[in-house]
Amino acid sequence: MKPIVRATTLGKQYTIGTREAAYDTLRESITQAVRAPIRRLRSGNGKRNVDTIWALKDVNFDVQPGEVVGIIGSNGAGKSTLLKVLSRITEPTTGRVELYGRVASLLEVGTGFHPELTGRENIYLNGAILGMKKTEINTKFNRIVDFSELERFLDTPVKRYSSGMYMRLAFAVASHLEPEILIVDEVLAVGDAQFQKKCLGKMSDVASEGRTVLFVSHNMIAIQSLCKRALWLEGGAIADDGGAGTVVRNYLSHSFGNKSSEEEVWPDIETAPGNDSVRLHRVQVRSLDEASDQHLTTRTPFCIDVEYWNLQPGANLTITLHLYTEQQVIAFTTGSGSGDPEWSRRNLPAGLFRTTCYMPGDLLNVGRHRFNVLVIKDLSSVIYQYESAVTFEIFDLDERALSQYAREPGVVKPDLKWKTEQVGAL
Amino acid sequence: MGISSTNNEAAPISTANPTRNRTLENHQGPPEGLPEEPLVVIEPNGGWNALELRDLWAYRELLYFLTWRDVKVRYKQTELGVAWAIIQPLFTMLIFTLFFGRLAGVPSDNVPYPIFAFTGLLAWTFFSNAITTSGNSLVGSAHLITKVYFPRMIIPGAAVAAGLVDFAIAFVILVLLMIYYGVGITWNILMFPVMVLLTTVLALGTGMWLSALNVKYRDIRFVLPFMVQLWMYLSPVIYPASFLPAKLRSLLLLNPMTGIIEGYRSAMLGRPFNWIALAVSAAITLILLIYSSYSFRRMEKSFADIV
Repeated sequence: MKPIVRATTLGKQYTIGTREAAYDTLRESITQAVRAPIRRLRSGNGKRNVDTIWALKDVNFDVQPGEVVGIIGSNGAGKSTLLKVLSRITEPTTGRVELYGRVASLLEVGTGFHPELTGRENIYLNGAILGMKKTEINTKFNRIVDFSELERFLDTPVKRYSSGMYMRLAFAVASHLEPEILIVDEVLAVGDAQFQKKCLGKMSDVASEGRTVLFVSHNMIAIQSLCKRALWLEGGAIADDGGAGTVVRNYLSHSFGNKSSEEEVWPDIETAPGNDSVRLHRVQVRSLDEASDQHLTTRTPFCIDVEYWNLQPGANLTITLHLYTEQQVIAFTTGSGSGDPEWSRRNLPAGLFRTTCYMPGDLLNVGRHRFNVLVIKDLSSVIYQYESAVTFEIFDLDERALSQYAREPGVVKPDLKWKTEQVGAL
Repeated sequence: MGISSTNNEAAPISTANPTRNRTLENHQGPPEGLPEEPLVVIEPNGGWNALELRDLWAYRELLYFLTWRDVKVRYKQTELGVAWAIIQPLFTMLIFTLFFGRLAGVPSDNVPYPIFAFTGLLAWTFFSNAITTSGNSLVGSAHLITKVYFPRMIIPGAAVAAGLVDFAIAFVILVLLMIYYGVGITWNILMFPVMVLLTTVLALGTGMWLSALNVKYRDIRFVLPFMVQLWMYLSPVIYPASFLPAKLRSLLLLNPMTGIIEGYRSAMLGRPFNWIALAVSAAITLILLIYSSYSFRRMEKSFADIV
């Protein structure tokens, strides 16, 4: 079948460095023009490429009509650049894209909203910016309003909207675009859980309508449930292209697989972090589930090992961990002082010790975490504190249902027992 | 693309739990039969590009909406609102009348100085506001440029078009002044639309070029007010071209605003046209428009990367 999108040897080069990345001034351009030939004389053949970076390099792919393609990759892998090239916002440096259908891109929700204008006015303005015709907006107007649930506020300037209302209105407009090819960036990263759920619901509608969709997300569950196919970009090039399940699995094990047991090791006691009393030797996060050694999920039990040298014979040392979420919130604090009471009363000889903290499954919520290690003396004073560079990611369960794939709010995600009973009749 | 579904109205979309059935409504189906030739080809383009006028035409509604936005937003939360469109040229005229007309005794080609000055200021206020707002328009629309595609020329274009609305309002004052001073309307008024068109095109050519330069060289933001001021004194706004010695007068013709402002006075106040001055203005305006359109197209490729 003939593809609807065909990208061949696509490349995008950016100039980096403070001067050109920011804007130039006339004076700089003039002095540059004078200096450049002189510098070229001095350094021989002065054409240097050090100040450029290829955000995309030799990217080739075809998309069939009706295909829903997820684009994944770590930050800076070129996902957004690819979308910008495909939606004609920026021009590629090399290669060619052929588009055999009308394109609408949604790189942001609410592009061009004007705070001073009312909800009604912004529906028209935003619709026009996204490429809708006025008659088209007229016919869809009621549906857009219904979807946004903001009838009462239609004539209020959007600057008085809450951010939730703003997002709802913006998404309502965007979701009524009906192009043949839809390009969507991580719009789902914003908004609360309910909003995300609504967005994803709409996305799956669009997908099942037979439209062609290119969809960037960091939400692997969303990618797997919405897309049949995924493209994995790494360093501006395609690292993998195929079935969404396979590509996501490869990506996860490549990016995070080793990190679920990541460690920091200091072999040399002289240079290890610490002080005259204690020096760290190793910190490590390990999965305790043999079956899922690929990555940690919310259900996986795991442990954190801290190995340290005690340099002062007879010292009484315990370890405390502060566990942080991505948002730099302390999820909780735990210490071997109370967690291992028998050991914590002992005075240690000089030597290498390992203290392990066991974390059960169903404790932390989805997301990236890190921790601080505190060494406590005599159960009272902190003698050394270390901010570990080890981060670990807790992933959502693969089998979670479609309707639930947005991240649920909360620092922890315990598996609690619930019970409902009838306690009376009408 | 027509929407044929009516089911949607019957089943308003429930929010919390979008069900899969809804996908059956609104049914569009995959696009049937792709076109043989790609609708759009994205390729690196070195150097000069075509103007893509068809693309521009396809987005004419966006031009309308952006203009409408600019007009709507301009006087929001101001106490006097649209009155500002009148106050600006009116008070400038009063001050000029006092200083140049009365005190300095600048001649005004046998029309009352206030109406002479106001006609010039009407054209000049439109032109200077248009090049100032359009010159800053691209930089002010960075959030659009980096997030969505449309022909970039629409942005400075909308800024100029929005200026036309203010122009129309201030024009009413000119009519009132003409009635007050008993200046009769002549057939010359038929040239008035031509003058408006020329001013608009000149403002577009200048504004577009400045706005594109402004993306790369933010110096333009500082140059603009300064340039506008100088330019006004080099145009026959507060003095008639006939006020200058003959040598300087022909030099002044190189300023396209000379022919235009004198043209406004001829059209409105029934004075004879200086066709040579008009022809020179029109030629310069056209050349500027063509040059700045192509130059804009050349620079626009890097807007999203550097704005």
